[in-house]
Order: sequence, then structure tokens, then C-alpha cells
Amino acid sequence: MFYYEKKLQYPVRVSTCNPMLAKFLIEQYGGADGELAAALRYMNQRYTIPDKVIGLLNDIAMEEFSHLEMIATMVYKLTKDATPEMMKAAGLGDHYADHDKALYYHNAAGVPWTATYIQAKGDPIADLYEDIAAEEKARATYQWLIDMSDDPDINDSLRFLREREVVHSLRFREAVEILKEDQGKKKFY
Amino acid sequence: MFSQFKYWKPFIGPFDPCKPIKVKSYSTPPHLYIGFQPPGMKQFSPKDALMHGTLWPQLYSPYPDPNKGVKKD
Repeated sequence: MFYYEKKLQYPVRVSTCNPMLAKFLIEQYGGADGELAAALRYMNQRYTIPDKVIGLLNDIAMEEFSHLEMIATMVYKLTKDATPEMMKAAGLGDHYADHDKALYYHNAAGVPWTATYIQAKGDPIADLYEDIAAEEKARATYQWLIDMSDDPDINDSLRFLREREVVHSLRFREAVEILKEDQGKKKFY
Repeated sequence: MFSQFKYWKPFIGPFDPCKPIKVKSYSTPPHLYIGFQPPGMKQFSPKDALMHGTLWPQLYSPYPDPNKGVKKD
């Protein structure tokens, strides 16, 4: 069951009218390493992961949904007042032809989201290693987005999101350490 | 109530980056309101029907709105 809090996890301000940025940001909305893939991956893997780390996957899945909302807010703010001409000029003509100005779960190249982006192997180490990889890939994506954006307010939100990927990655690595059951053991080399 | 287009005023945020579009619209074409087409509806002349894509004026749906931006009454 969900309780919905009607606010964003971190504020999203957009200071420049640059619809082209929306075309790139959508990578984190419906891309392979985007927030939707992350949220659904963890929320599904949590069922069959050992009890000790279920809570971690659950909580991170919830946070990824909050990030999904932030990305959606950025994309919406950048495109909601764009005319069809502005959409075309921003490279969003293909998007407009299929979706008007509606958001859609596809990547920056327009490829629709697919469940094949995520995996649930049942093997806890395999699943957690995938999760770590996903966080690092999302972190990299945020870096490339920040590199391309010159909107200081958007970049502020993107830097927050990138930092969360760093934290999540460490938490998944810690989950692996927990499952290894190798802590506090005396090690002889 | 039947009209070919509906207009609505979206929320405009105080910090929106782009010049706001103050009025947005969507299409509500005539077939939504006909239910089951009754017999004997008024018809276009054959030539006009070809040009309009329908035999019945009541089913004709222009796009974009030819009256866009024109204030009603």
C-alpha cells in the first residue's frame, strides 16, 4: 500500500526555456537505466531476495519513484508551453507526431521502455550486482545530462539525483557484504 | 454540450521557464454525440460529400478549429 505525499523529494526549478533538454532528460524517464526501470527492478526483485535486504530494495524502489516524478516535472515544464514549431526545432518533432506533448516512457532516441531492460535472476548476488551496475549507469547518465545542460536550476536537481545514485550504489554493495556473512570474522592471511 | 473543440485554461506556474500557453484545447468531434446514427440525416451534394470525406454535414469535423481565437457571442 502506498501513501502519497503531494510534493517532490527535491525541488525542481527550470530557469531557461529549452525544450531540447527535455529530449535528453527523457532518457532517465523511460531509458534502460532510467528511474522507471530502477523502481520496477527493485520492487520486483525484493520478493525473492533474503529477508535481511528486502527492506533496502523496498525503500530504494520507493525513492526511485520519487526521482521519476522529478524527471517528469522537468520534462513537463520544458515542453508544456512549446508550440509545435518549437517542438520541431528542439528535435522533438518525432515525439510530437506520436504523443503531442504527453510524456511517454521512451529513451532519448524514442525507443519505448521494455521489461527486457530489467532482470530478476533469483540469485541474490546476481540481482544485487545488476542493481549496483544500474546505479552506476544512472550516475553516468546524470553526468552526461549535466554536461549538456546549461540551466543552473535543472543542474542543481540533476546533481541531487546523481548523488542519490552514489548513495544507492553503496547501499547495494553493503547488502552484498551482508549476504557474504564475512563481517567481524577474524581473517588470517 | 456539443462543440467541435473544448478550450481550457491550464495552471500557469510562477516559475515556468517558457512563455505560457494560456488556453489549451482538445477535440470533441461530432461522432461522440451522435450515439447511433439515425436514418434520414441531411446530406451533402455528391460533389461536396467527396470533398468533405462524409455524406453528412453533421458528421463533418474540421481541423484545426476554423474559429480558433474567435470569441463566442
